[in-house]
Amino acid sequence: MRMTYTQEFKDPEISKALVARIREKITCPLRLMEVCGTHTMAIFRYGIRSVLPDTLTLLSGPGCPVCVTAQKDIDTCVMLARRSDVILTTFGDLMKVPGSGSSLAGEKAKGADIRMVYSVFDALAVAKENPDRQVVFCAVGFETTIPTIAGAVLTAKAQGVNNFSIYSANKLTPPALATLMETGGVDIDGFILPGHVSVITGLDAFVPFFEKYRIPSVVTGFEPVDILKAILMLVAQKESKAPGLVNAYARAVADTGNPKARAIMDQVFEKADTIWRGIGKIQDSGMVLRESFHKFDAAKKFDMPVPDTREPAGCDCGRILMGLKRPDQCRLYKKSCTPMHPVGPCMVSSEGACAAFYKYSR
Amino acid sequence: MNNNDTILLDHGAGGKLSHAMFSELILPLFDNGLLAKQDDGAVFEVPGGRMAFSTDSYTVDPIFFPGGDIGKLAVNGTVNDVAMCGAIPLYISVGLIIEEGMKIHDLRRILQSMARAAQKAGVRIVTGDTKVVPRGKVDKIFINTSGIGLVPAGVNVSGDRARPGDKVIVSGTIADHGVAILSEREGLKFDSDVKSDSAPLNHMVKRVLESGSPVHVLRDPTRGGMGTTLNEIAVQSKVGIRLFEDRLPVRGPVRAICEIVGFDPLYLANEGKLIAMVPGADAGNVLDIIRRDEFGKDAVIVGEVTDQEPGRVVLETLIGGTRVVDMHTGDQLPRIC
Repeated sequence: MRMTYTQEFKDPEISKALVARIREKITCPLRLMEVCGTHTMAIFRYGIRSVLPDTLTLLSGPGCPVCVTAQKDIDTCVMLARRSDVILTTFGDLMKVPGSGSSLAGEKAKGADIRMVYSVFDALAVAKENPDRQVVFCAVGFETTIPTIAGAVLTAKAQGVNNFSIYSANKLTPPALATLMETGGVDIDGFILPGHVSVITGLDAFVPFFEKYRIPSVVTGFEPVDILKAILMLVAQKESKAPGLVNAYARAVADTGNPKARAIMDQVFEKADTIWRGIGKIQDSGMVLRESFHKFDAAKKFDMPVPDTREPAGCDCGRILMGLKRPDQCRLYKKSCTPMHPVGPCMVSSEGACAAFYKYSR
Repeated sequence: MNNNDTILLDHGAGGKLSHAMFSELILPLFDNGLLAKQDDGAVFEVPGGRMAFSTDSYTVDPIFFPGGDIGKLAVNGTVNDVAMCGAIPLYISVGLIIEEGMKIHDLRRILQSMARAAQKAGVRIVTGDTKVVPRGKVDKIFINTSGIGLVPAGVNVSGDRARPGDKVIVSGTIADHGVAILSEREGLKFDSDVKSDSAPLNHMVKRVLESGSPVHVLRDPTRGGMGTTLNEIAVQSKVGIRLFEDRLPVRGPVRAICEIVGFDPLYLANEGKLIAMVPGADAGNVLDIIRRDEFGKDAVIVGEVTDQEPGRVVLETLIGGTRVVDMHTGDQLPRIC
């Protein structure tokens, strides 16, 4: 059989065998967190929760970039969009996230020039096509997307595209995991670590975290066989009391990751403290533009007041992202907060825990 | 819907907000039983028989795309909407709203395409209207088409007639049109041969109806895709619908593009596919008839109607799990990572 690297990892027979092994192995209740939003989405789409034993709980973690974007950042993007000299460019997920008073979709309906792009390089192209306007890209993402954004900034600099800038709300994954472990009440027995992030960071980036907390941790991919295999490994580690840090996604992730991508990222960005929605400030978990790139930094380029940010009352996004609550335990869920009228960002992004829960669960 | 709210693009995307706009704003004002049925068109008695009447507007961007153009879409779309009432479409009207500055060459291409589509479907364009508006007031050209047709005696097809035990047939691969348009519109530079499936389905429908098989429901899952259409039927008929993921026909390139950008083929538009719900005993026969049509070669049975969880569509996933297929909530957005 020709390996396509797609169908094999969706194989029903292998999946069913893995489920049977998980059911055999598990002897006590277990709570596992999938950190990445793409994992959350895949788990719902393939109905993985519905085949797992009741004793196994999957929690959605802080790995949906839109969900952890601070209200202040959304409000600032809305302010940028309202400027008549600005074309705001963004990934689609951010459009509907409600800020304190408005969302980007709402501003677009009122006439703001907001364009959805699929790549930061599309935003750069918009800047070249509109030399008399300022083009700002809302940079919201993790290690997966930061190198590409850095590449666009380098390209803009090399080509002298001076009407291009980014608003960076980029974030790093490992500091958030450490914060989770230090937070009282958080009860997690193992982590399904993000696959795409690890392609860049490598398994090595998670070594300090693992050495400190000795908690079962498996990097894996996004197909059902990948996810079930990771769950089986985590169950086995827990049952044998032998925690390990394992790469179950070797077809994409090297231990050392992608050093070239990281070098570009570090050339353009430096670490800074940043606010994660619902979690708070995490030391050295953000990525801001280095001083030599400040003219591409929208936060520096435009004189903007600090937004008057108000968190929506009753929204439990933060507690949900930390595994302290399930979406259906939030009192706004399915009442005032739905995908049509989202209150918190977890209900907006297709990878948000609440949106996935709303869309796929009964 | 509150007077202070503004219309968002999602109100036109065929999902939950479109339905809210229809049921909360439009239906109460135009209140009548035919509109309330929410089928693809209205079927009513006239002296000597029953007539089906449907209308649709076309605003697609870009106006030319792989596999078709706005003109072909406008004719086939209305032909299909009339056919989904169980009717034989006969006459079509065309309203053109054209932007100042449009090239005659482009307009001629669109009209030629409409003429070809009408000929292929066997309908005649018998009345129409043209308007030209200042530059920027429409995007190149918008087209409205309406169609009328006759419903043969004994045919009774409606979205509220699905019954437990019915099989769910789809006439071919899904999401082709949605992916073709998105690839063009969003400038996704995929080197693929994905084309719109825009096609007339009236000949296929006619042969199915002539076979005497008791077809309960016919729908073309256009905007909002198969997931949304099945939800509408589940609600209208007060039944559950169970789909099997391993049977969903999705072409390889379409599946690949969906996986890359994070779209679910169940919610992407089709313009030349129908869903038929037919009693289990007749399903094989209807499937054979559909497969003999030039636009139905890839038809398959993808699911069944049940009495479980009325109003809900449930998908049995590849790995034997289950998940709800909800009505979608707006245009799908590309994911970030």
